[in-house]
Amino acid sequence: MRTRWKTAVGVLLTGIMLFPVYWMVNVSFTRDQDMRKSPPDLFPVHGTLAGYRTVLDEQLPYLGTSLVVGLGTVLLTVALAAPAGYALAKLRPRGGGVLSFLLLAAQMIPGIIMAMGFYAIYLQLDLLQSVPGLIVADSTLAVPFAVLIFTAFMSGIPGELLQAARTDGAGPLRTFWSVVLPMSRNAVVTVSLFAFLWSWSDFVLASTLVNGGAHEPITLGIYHYIGNNNQEWNAIMATAVVASLPAAVILVLAQRYVAAGVTAGAVKD
Amino acid sequence: MSATLQKSDHRATLGGPAPTAPRRRPTSQQWAAWAFLTPVTLYLVLFYAYPLYRNLDLSLRNYTVRSFVQGDAPFTGLANYRTVLDDPTFAPALLHTVVFTAVCLVFQYALGLALAVFFNQHFRLSATLRALFLVPWLLPLIVSASTWSWMLNSESGIVNALLSAVGVDPVNWLTSPDWSLTSVIIANIWIGVPFNLVVLYSGLQSIPTSLYEAAALDGANAWQRFWRITFPLLRPVSAITLLLGLVYTLKVFDIIWIMTKGGPADSSTTFATWSYQLGFGNLVPAFGPGAAVGNLLVVAALVFGLIYVRVQRKQALS
Repeated sequence: MRTRWKTAVGVLLTGIMLFPVYWMVNVSFTRDQDMRKSPPDLFPVHGTLAGYRTVLDEQLPYLGTSLVVGLGTVLLTVALAAPAGYALAKLRPRGGGVLSFLLLAAQMIPGIIMAMGFYAIYLQLDLLQSVPGLIVADSTLAVPFAVLIFTAFMSGIPGELLQAARTDGAGPLRTFWSVVLPMSRNAVVTVSLFAFLWSWSDFVLASTLVNGGAHEPITLGIYHYIGNNNQEWNAIMATAVVASLPAAVILVLAQRYVAAGVTAGAVKD
Repeated sequence: MSATLQKSDHRATLGGPAPTAPRRRPTSQQWAAWAFLTPVTLYLVLFYAYPLYRNLDLSLRNYTVRSFVQGDAPFTGLANYRTVLDDPTFAPALLHTVVFTAVCLVFQYALGLALAVFFNQHFRLSATLRALFLVPWLLPLIVSASTWSWMLNSESGIVNALLSAVGVDPVNWLTSPDWSLTSVIIANIWIGVPFNLVVLYSGLQSIPTSLYEAAALDGANAWQRFWRITFPLLRPVSAITLLLGLVYTLKVFDIIWIMTKGGPADSSTTFATWSYQLGFGNLVPAFGPGAAVGNLLVVAALVFGLIYVRVQRKQALS
């Protein structure tokens, strides 16, 4: 009986916490003429899909860019971080501690500073408003974190296994590719999900590096909507709902992988 | 290695993995190790160190749009920093940064801790509901910021509608200088609570239940058990949570910029938004002063970051 009461409180608290999310969905279905109604409708009684139609008409290129940038960021992040994690976890490099420390410090640099530095560099290299440029910049959001995750995961791979590979004549590269990487599938998935999510959500780097270009991500799509004094809040909120989908998918899918990542050294499937 | 997964502005790790240093380090293995580390090392130099250096360089020269492209701006030493210090925006920006950071930290931590203790009671659905609490933390910041903007809209926002339902006058949340800072603080607390909940919850898992059972036998009530057991034993985790939160709240930019652009009349300007405003927000960009403000922020973040690392190391040793 007491636990049922606690469940009720828990549901209530969760409801309050998630109210803004509900409100976003509600407004995305609201008709233009009901948007300024006072008090606002708590449910989309006269629901409309007009907002979503606008998204289909206007926002698809932005979504496509975000998808490309997100996938590019994932590839670059994994390619850089997985070997580094292997070396830090298993090859005992001299100076590895210093490198780990620098990676930790790198995470603390404010995004706005990185944006300004990248802007200065890209201006000279003529890389502003380019998709590869944004991919490289976005990867800075994920690489330090990814190295730390890979190191933690790969530390849990039994040393005897790597020893056995060596006895069979496999060099470090072969061992990494054929033993360590396949065993680290969970780490690869976890890192990929978060690298994708952060690059998908990035606003600072996009707004400094690709603003006004031919290929802008969805975060700028929403920002332009708001900035233009656009009054079609159903379209804005519908775009926001669509932009939230990767987060929703990760919440469902990553549960398992995040849990696996948190349980230290759990490399076994 | 718990609670390693934190989102963009709350990202880092507890218990950073420092592989224990062995005695035997074969030379061939050293070569292999650094071959694997070379890409990421080059990457750190090119895409962290170099942008930071460029930023420092920006702050020490008198850049205009022209010299920005040509790269021949005259060296002016600390002139940009003096400009920034003398700017009438400096004092308000400093005050807002301190208030924003402090208020966000206190509320995020207190709410996160209360929720962590609540969810630690393992009732039906508690795991599912705890997972749902992560939603605000996973959403793109522009989504959260624009949703809050509309909720706080003076005429048509749901918040003012609720206020008027209980007989309170409407508040100009985003358009009044008296309320804009409060508005962005509310939105940022909403985003930060899940992070505190996750980390503190994982901290609660390591407190042995036998302690609570013993205390209950001794007749301690729930309130006493919290203040005598939970809170003191959670202190290491609390310190880490607050320090990380501090570093990440200092650099909050997206929320404030999207909701208020630091206005009206600089009433919600922090160092992060001021820096962006100077560099990119005006028709005539002031790259030098913008970079100078940014570098002050870097120094602050790194100071607290170093304290964080020290605390973490000390905890790992003990």
